[in-house]
Amino acid sequence: MSFTPHTRLSGLEPLVITPDLLFVNVGERTNVTGSAQFKKLIKEERYEEAVEVARQQVANGAQIIDVNMDEGLIDSEAAMTRYLNLIAAEPDIARVPVMVDSSKWTVIEAGLRCLQGKGIVNSISMKEGEETFLEHARKVQQYGAAVVVMAFDEQGQADTCARKVDICSRAYELLTTRLDFLPEDIIFDPNIFAIATGIEEHNNYAVDFIEATRELKRRFPFSHISGGVSNVSFSFRGNNTVREAIHSVFLYHAIKAGMDMGIVNAGALMIYDDVPEELRERVEDVVLNRRADATERLLEIAEKFKAKKGEVVVENFAWREKSVRDRLSHALVHGIDQFVETDTEEARQLSTRPLDVIEGPLMDGMNVVGDLFGAGKMFLPQVVKSARVMKKAVAYLLPYIEEEKLRTGDVGKNNGTIVMATVKGDVHDIGKNIVGVVLRCNNFEVIDLGVMVPAQKILDTAREHKADIIGLSGLITPSLEEMSQVAREMQRQDFHIPLLIGGATTSRAHTALKIEPHYKSPTVWVKDASRAVGVAQSLVSKDLVDAFMTKIRAEYAEVRERHRNRGPGKQLVSLEKARSQRFTCDWANYEPPQPNQPGITVFDAYDLAELSSYIDWSPFFNAWELAGHYPAILQDAIVGTQASELFRDAQDMLDRIIKEKWLTARGVIGFWPAAQIGDDTEVYAADGKKLAVLHHLRQQVDKPMERPDFSLADFIAPKDAGKPDWIGGFAVTSGIGIEEHVARFEAAHDDYSSILLKALADRLAEAFAERMHERVRREFWGYVPDETLDNEALIHEKYCGIRPAPGYPACPDHTEKATLFKLLDAPRNTGIELTEGFAMYPTAAVSGWYFSHPESQYFVVGRLTREQVEDYAKRKGWTREEAERWLAPNLDYDPD
Amino acid sequence: MSALPWLHPDRVALLEAALRQRILILDGGMGTMLQGHQLDEAGFRGERFVEGHDSTHAHHHDHPGSCDLKGNNDLLTLTKPAIIRGVHEAYLEAGADLVETNTFNSTRISQADYHLEHLAHELNLEGARLARAACDMYTAKTPDQPRFVIGVLGPTSRTASLSPDVNDPGFRNVTFEELAANYTEAASGLIDGGADLIMVETIFDTLNAKAALFALSELFHQRGVRVPVMISGTITDRSGRTLSGQTAEAFYYSVRHARPLTVGLNCALGAADLRPHVQTLANVADCFVSTHPNAGLPNAFGEYDETPEQMASVIGSFARDGLLNLVGGCCGTTPAHIKAIADAVRNCAPRALPSAHQEAA
Repeated sequence: MSFTPHTRLSGLEPLVITPDLLFVNVGERTNVTGSAQFKKLIKEERYEEAVEVARQQVANGAQIIDVNMDEGLIDSEAAMTRYLNLIAAEPDIARVPVMVDSSKWTVIEAGLRCLQGKGIVNSISMKEGEETFLEHARKVQQYGAAVVVMAFDEQGQADTCARKVDICSRAYELLTTRLDFLPEDIIFDPNIFAIATGIEEHNNYAVDFIEATRELKRRFPFSHISGGVSNVSFSFRGNNTVREAIHSVFLYHAIKAGMDMGIVNAGALMIYDDVPEELRERVEDVVLNRRADATERLLEIAEKFKAKKGEVVVENFAWREKSVRDRLSHALVHGIDQFVETDTEEARQLSTRPLDVIEGPLMDGMNVVGDLFGAGKMFLPQVVKSARVMKKAVAYLLPYIEEEKLRTGDVGKNNGTIVMATVKGDVHDIGKNIVGVVLRCNNFEVIDLGVMVPAQKILDTAREHKADIIGLSGLITPSLEEMSQVAREMQRQDFHIPLLIGGATTSRAHTALKIEPHYKSPTVWVKDASRAVGVAQSLVSKDLVDAFMTKIRAEYAEVRERHRNRGPGKQLVSLEKARSQRFTCDWANYEPPQPNQPGITVFDAYDLAELSSYIDWSPFFNAWELAGHYPAILQDAIVGTQASELFRDAQDMLDRIIKEKWLTARGVIGFWPAAQIGDDTEVYAADGKKLAVLHHLRQQVDKPMERPDFSLADFIAPKDAGKPDWIGGFAVTSGIGIEEHVARFEAAHDDYSSILLKALADRLAEAFAERMHERVRREFWGYVPDETLDNEALIHEKYCGIRPAPGYPACPDHTEKATLFKLLDAPRNTGIELTEGFAMYPTAAVSGWYFSHPESQYFVVGRLTREQVEDYAKRKGWTREEAERWLAPNLDYDPD
Repeated sequence: MSALPWLHPDRVALLEAALRQRILILDGGMGTMLQGHQLDEAGFRGERFVEGHDSTHAHHHDHPGSCDLKGNNDLLTLTKPAIIRGVHEAYLEAGADLVETNTFNSTRISQADYHLEHLAHELNLEGARLARAACDMYTAKTPDQPRFVIGVLGPTSRTASLSPDVNDPGFRNVTFEELAANYTEAASGLIDGGADLIMVETIFDTLNAKAALFALSELFHQRGVRVPVMISGTITDRSGRTLSGQTAEAFYYSVRHARPLTVGLNCALGAADLRPHVQTLANVADCFVSTHPNAGLPNAFGEYDETPEQMASVIGSFARDGLLNLVGGCCGTTPAHIKAIADAVRNCAPRALPSAHQEAA
């Protein structure tokens, strides 16, 4: 075992600076000295918006964020503390390390006292002498941070190459001999100064930096070189095109010399090869100080590239004059989607088949993107923009490709069909979209289901389209569990196609340990977009797949071997003991209530307006990852603004759903005589004929004697008690008619409205179930005729009696839904169908049982012993294996 | 530059030699053992605290009346020293190489719950002395197996990087400086009482631990000598993160600057659930790796029921796979667990330390 001295930083997650990172982007926008906007937010104490700036920096690819509060009118220490504490509460920001940036030591120390991770101090120097420098450096070590050392000594800031190298070398010597600073925790900032200022002495500043970088990297290979890049172009402020060109050319040469970190605006880097030839040459003259008149020559043409007043992004339309192939390539490389449909259309008209546009100019363009990225001339945020352009172009072509397929019957031409989705509970899809684009480029048909996709939808789609591969993506940790759930479902529903796993939190280890064991067909972790094509091609190729999977399976088995020997969990009690501890009551003195309206009652087109007042909004916000409870969430300090905006949109759409009758709500309820037989419930017709047997599972938790191990069967009077009891059932939906509206939104690439509609339909279905249960208690069964509970009380389940749903914790076996649907004749009465996985379609649907017993309560069956699974199988008429498949998530043991 | 000299260079040398030779055994839970004595309020108070406050404390604290002291396990160091010493000896008898002082809550912040914050230094001093005496006795008995005192710094009841107020994520109810002052006081007591090592353990919030490490480094700097430091984090649930949100790897990078002798994980989970995270540390740590898990997860009564055999069988596989340098138990473990664990790892080689690999970064 060995380790290399890489810099190891951390936020909530590690950042190890290895050579293959090439260049570490430090986000510069959370700096009051560099961003007027951020300064304004801090000065006006608009911290909520200031936090958003950090979030954007991270989203745009900043691997570290630089935070600077040095401004005369700000209490810098207090602002640093407040801001760092606030971003610590945001996992999508706090995952990256922080660079605490100040010229005041007290501000730096205030910042260090807020960082649980290993950050970077920016900066310390010898301007006040060696002793102060060492004292600060020792404190940096004690606080556990890496450090930026500025090339600054008692004489001032170093401007020549020699002084930069001398000062940095002296600092290195002090840090590693007088202290025991690790070389990899030292980052040099050899001072980036403005060039082309008109002052002759400044002309060589960039060269001095680049050459000092080269020498420092040679002397101290484990240390890093960083700098504030935007300084270099300071004299061209107001001319962003020229500034970005200077940054790009400067970085290109500095990175080659060994600069491996920089404070940059991560979203706005220009690509070296893109700097117009004429401009690039003159910028290069200035940066590399190649001729005496370099500055004048750059000034001569600078005005030409200057954006007009009010224009934020400089646009040069010269590229519009080129051939369509070049224009598409240009648009992809620059992430410009403005003309992509026109250009794609033009390319399509020039091609024999629409697919040729993808295989030709679009793929060529993406190859250029890939090459530039690989060569360090393009950064990830730019690649993401390129991917968007590609997506638009492909979206434009898809109808033509479909049409072509219909006409020629040529459907087998592609490499294979891949259904991709970001799993339920997760909205992150950038990585997935990139993978989709790359796969499409390689002639796979990609069916992208978008984000927050429930397992069943992924599987249903895969079935429907006879997909060759399913690809799951996710970024947040809970998605990992959802992915293993999808794998289990794939196994349970007898899938055989390969499963690809990808996304930021996924890993080979997690896939090997928690996903692959649940799915017997190929399950492969895909590290990043670049590997996706190779993996997919290997999996669809009859020649390659066996060898490929043998290798993967061996790898995963090895990972598992290393992680083996899981200990036993909490012990369960025997089924006999659990049954002896069943819930019971004084049946002799209990009178089961008779329903007022026995048999089946059907509701067509239930009033949506009535249902809307029963909506439980909290889960709606949670579905959008806005944490909190309605209505408090609308005023929430963090998400209040977004929640209110979303709520407004939801209300608007809800009004339209109701007024324009987008959705139809249909439902059915029924009540039947019933009796408890062991852990089952027998259901009878009015004439006493047995209609069905409901099978229930029992908790086997080790509880004290006075606390029962529940089964739903317990809440119905036992047959031998001689007390005729009843059970109810219901199935409701508010999703009838949703498809056309979803399709309408998706056609317009309006994911937002489409998700909003689906989420609202779900809420309406839940509201329908709540309202129906209320009416059941008051009218149809009528065992609490005078109940008065407000919506809040209903949400908190303050009512008497329960309505557990098959597939949920009290009755986890989904297959019982079949019995329920048969009793209710639900498909005919409501239009709800059961999929083969016993999922309901439309998905905005709820079904379940009604129990009226005053002591009936919701509970979680939890884990089951093999003994109970065998017993249950016998009662259901299943083999044990069938039972184990349907009850997989509940098994307390590994089935054979 | 070389680091500060050791306070007890001979003992450190013995310890390092032992670590290179075999997997060392830490002790098990203190709370479980104390529960066995079924002490009542009077039992906790003893004579000195018979009125529910410190009768020897001259400056009467601002809290006038008495305060329930039952449950203040650390106070037993003063009121029932024989019981605490007995627990240490039981673990040493079971084969522990290192015992942890009864000082998990002996900080000003934690003792303030009992209005006994003035005891912080004394509890640490006496806690270390009790463990020292027990270790010295066993070292004399088994000279080929020297025993060591680990002075324990617990997490305190507050978190420096999490807001206790859901409506104000920027709010904190404790500062880095307060925590550092608490830990300086506690660590001085531990060192003065004879602790061979200091362990910052059950780390829910890495920023608390960084305050402890900062305090230790200042203390060592002031005294001109140091003792080895052990660091043990807590992965709070199956999300695989600390309470403050870090992964095990990020956690290690956050504390690595203290150049700890060991890094590890303890509490919250049983051994089986801890395994992947211990594996992560074993992969990335350039120091020794420790773990002292709970005896499984608590059952419905809050008790731990993984048996010594069950726990030892899981730990045995950790050891066989070369993940461990030190191992012991946390909540719910007893001398029987420690003995079973010691037996299970006896013939396993300790995890080899990675050697620095000098190649250009």
